Amino acid sequence: MVGIESYAVYVPTGRLDRAAIGKTLKAPRRRGVRPVASYDEDSTTLAVAAVRRAIGADGDIDGSLWFATSSPAYLEKSNAATVAVAGGLPETCAAYDVGGALRGGAGALRAGLAEGNAVVAAADLRYALPGSADESEGADAAAGFVVGPRAVAELVASVSITRELLERWREPGEARIRTWEDRFGAEEYVPLGQRALDEVLDRCGVAPEDLRKVVISTPHSRTRAALKKKFSAGQADLGVVSDLGYAGAADLGVGLVAAFDAAAPGDLVLAMSVVDGADAFVFRMTERHRPGKSGLENLDTSTVEVSYADFLTWRGLLPREPARRPDMKPPVPPASRRTGEWKFGFVASRCRECDYRNLPPRRICLRCNSRDASVPEPMIGVPAHVATLTDDWLSESVQLPAKVAAVDFEGGGRFEFELADAVDQAVNIGDPVEPTFRVAGVAGNKVRNYIWKVRPHREEDC
Amino acid sequence: MATHALKNPVAIVGMACTKFGEHWSLSVDDILIEATHGAVDSVPGLELQQVDAFWLGAMTSGVSGLTLSRPLGMRHKPVTRVENMCATGSEAFRNACYAVSSGAYDVVMAVGGEKLKDAGYSGLEMPSVPNDGTPPVLSAPAMYSMIVPAYARRYGVSEAQVKEAMTHIAWKNHANGALNPRAQFRKATPKETIASAPALAGDLSIFDCSGVADGGAAAVIVRAEDALKYTDRPLYVHALALDAGSGTGRNDSDYDYSDLAESRVSAEIAYAQAGITDPATEVSLAEVHDCFTPTELVLMEELGFSQRGQAWRDVLDGRYDRLGSLPVNIDGGLKSFGHPIGASGLRMLFEMWLQFRGEAGDRQVPTPGFGLVQNQGGSPGDLVSAVTIVSSRPPGA
Repeated sequence: MVGIESYAVYVPTGRLDRAAIGKTLKAPRRRGVRPVASYDEDSTTLAVAAVRRAIGADGDIDGSLWFATSSPAYLEKSNAATVAVAGGLPETCAAYDVGGALRGGAGALRAGLAEGNAVVAAADLRYALPGSADESEGADAAAGFVVGPRAVAELVASVSITRELLERWREPGEARIRTWEDRFGAEEYVPLGQRALDEVLDRCGVAPEDLRKVVISTPHSRTRAALKKKFSAGQADLGVVSDLGYAGAADLGVGLVAAFDAAAPGDLVLAMSVVDGADAFVFRMTERHRPGKSGLENLDTSTVEVSYADFLTWRGLLPREPARRPDMKPPVPPASRRTGEWKFGFVASRCRECDYRNLPPRRICLRCNSRDASVPEPMIGVPAHVATLTDDWLSESVQLPAKVAAVDFEGGGRFEFELADAVDQAVNIGDPVEPTFRVAGVAGNKVRNYIWKVRPHREEDC
Repeated sequence: MATHALKNPVAIVGMACTKFGEHWSLSVDDILIEATHGAVDSVPGLELQQVDAFWLGAMTSGVSGLTLSRPLGMRHKPVTRVENMCATGSEAFRNACYAVSSGAYDVVMAVGGEKLKDAGYSGLEMPSVPNDGTPPVLSAPAMYSMIVPAYARRYGVSEAQVKEAMTHIAWKNHANGALNPRAQFRKATPKETIASAPALAGDLSIFDCSGVADGGAAAVIVRAEDALKYTDRPLYVHALALDAGSGTGRNDSDYDYSDLAESRVSAEIAYAQAGITDPATEVSLAEVHDCFTPTELVLMEELGFSQRGQAWRDVLDGRYDRLGSLPVNIDGGLKSFGHPIGASGLRMLFEMWLQFRGEAGDRQVPTPGFGLVQNQGGSPGDLVSAVTIVSSRPPGA
């Protein structure tokens, strides 16, 4: 039976103290912290991280990719294609964007389940005007699912109801999210959610108390609170993700991953999205289910504090005087196309004659000078450590100083990377690092330079 | 591999060098006119029209030989523009020497000039080929800052000791530049000021970095046998060497960032050509590529002046000071003379021209042996290096 074969979340390490917003703006101070994507992350890179983690060592993926986000990195150009290539999916994978609306998260999941063999990715960066509830209650995060017949969570039933309802909206490219009166949303969404809930449980002949875990995903906090009251505290408790905040198009997926991880074989899990209608899915965990390695481990411990000023700067809401340096040169499309496996897939070459890894791939081996004697060498998963490093205050990077490291790979190969997730972090020679797909910069022509960087190794990388 | 001294040796018979600095009022045309006419005017009786061919070194200030012939109004002359990153000036000189040595021409000129300050940046903007965006983008100070921890680890000295030697080099070159009316920076700076400056990259502060400048320099070259027809004190060329590495060090896990192999190899080739067996005693003075202070430190070993792992100590002992046993960068070096890329190699030769002719004024040092010029481009692991050796004695004399 079709269902979820594997799943994962990716939540950036940065955390913004919600109280820092109130302190800066002299506004009420909210409690807790919210996840913040780093200066070099966007919805595409977040999705790549989640997809890579969900796929794990099983790169033999068949079927399609559905990528949902309300904050697409590009319009016109497919972001799903980038996620597919950087996620390690084959060229035969049909990759589609489900972009723009928050409801796309539920839509991508539904499309993937309908397809039967698919990868579903959802990622979002949530920010709005300073001082807004969406700013402090938002979360940057991503979720990834592999859909197929060898399910750990099989789909039992689903229901979708669509309603034309202008409760919230945002113009493309704008930071401001506008909403209608809160009571209007509650009076529309709570009954709608109840109807979807009743219908999906009716379809599978399940009573609410039979559900092990319940995910209620909605940007409307009153609706969320009201619908959660239909269930016990234990059913609605999603552990470490409960306080993350609303993760936009990725919110349903992030909650679902937490629910799966908290469930045992035979348990029923309900996931419901209530925005522009309602979507409800009921899954039953199968005997294949083995919780863990979903990216939720160390979610609340492996974090770094991000200042409110950095948060605003990274999201483009606090433009700062740039260094007096030449304009950033954009990568050119033909060159990026020629080296796509290296640039997007992090595939180097290994010399058949001397076994040395060439990063980037070369026709003439840099060690033995053999010509055209190399084979593609995927570098994801190859242990690596810092050979030497420096701080560069004159870098093109958004965040100064850029930490730049020469990284040696076990079994041969060296490349110099800007370290990601290393702001104010002590990094030393010999420290292990992990590859991570990031945005090196955005040029004046708005070309986003996607590259592989490395970041300090964390516990959950094991 | 065969590399030989020139079968027909050559000599410099005239030179000029402009003041280096931020020349807001001068264009690249003005700079090239001053350098070229200055060198021609330094040779009594020589007219520009009598120069048979020209090699222009310019990295970013113009393309083709027309960059030189156009402002000078020269007609029907072979003018070649050459570029080899920061070694461009030496490369223009090397190719000009080969041309006159071959007999193809009798009088040639090497001209180097650069107009960098119109870019509006304090650093150097390198020309780049459109690419896929994956090559690492490090600033030049960041690339050279990698030397510091690598050198410290390699020789078991502390990074603080390396920094102390770097500070001495900056202090020395600023003090030397203070005596040079053509230098961009003419202020002696206390070591305390240098040592306490904030970091730009790794352990490097602004005082560890050379200054980008506008400026030009030029040399008139003839075969050695003809040199005395033009001047009674020619500067003879004993060696011309260039080494371009494979540029793969930064992708080779065996590479150590304190290794400037291209500098070492170019020096070894030059020493063989000049018949030098002990550079530490046979070289009387050196102008080396102090783009950053750790570069000069490591070069003292790569050029054979210091034992491996001992350069930091020799530097601190004052061996390379202006009054030391082997003065290095007496004119202030790139550090305080300034670095107009295409001109720098010829600027280094200009100091040799002055020193070997006894015209260096307050900076004059004894010149019993050879003078060495080392000029490089790129970064550790990704280098070209040129070495030129000169003296007031003709080769074989």
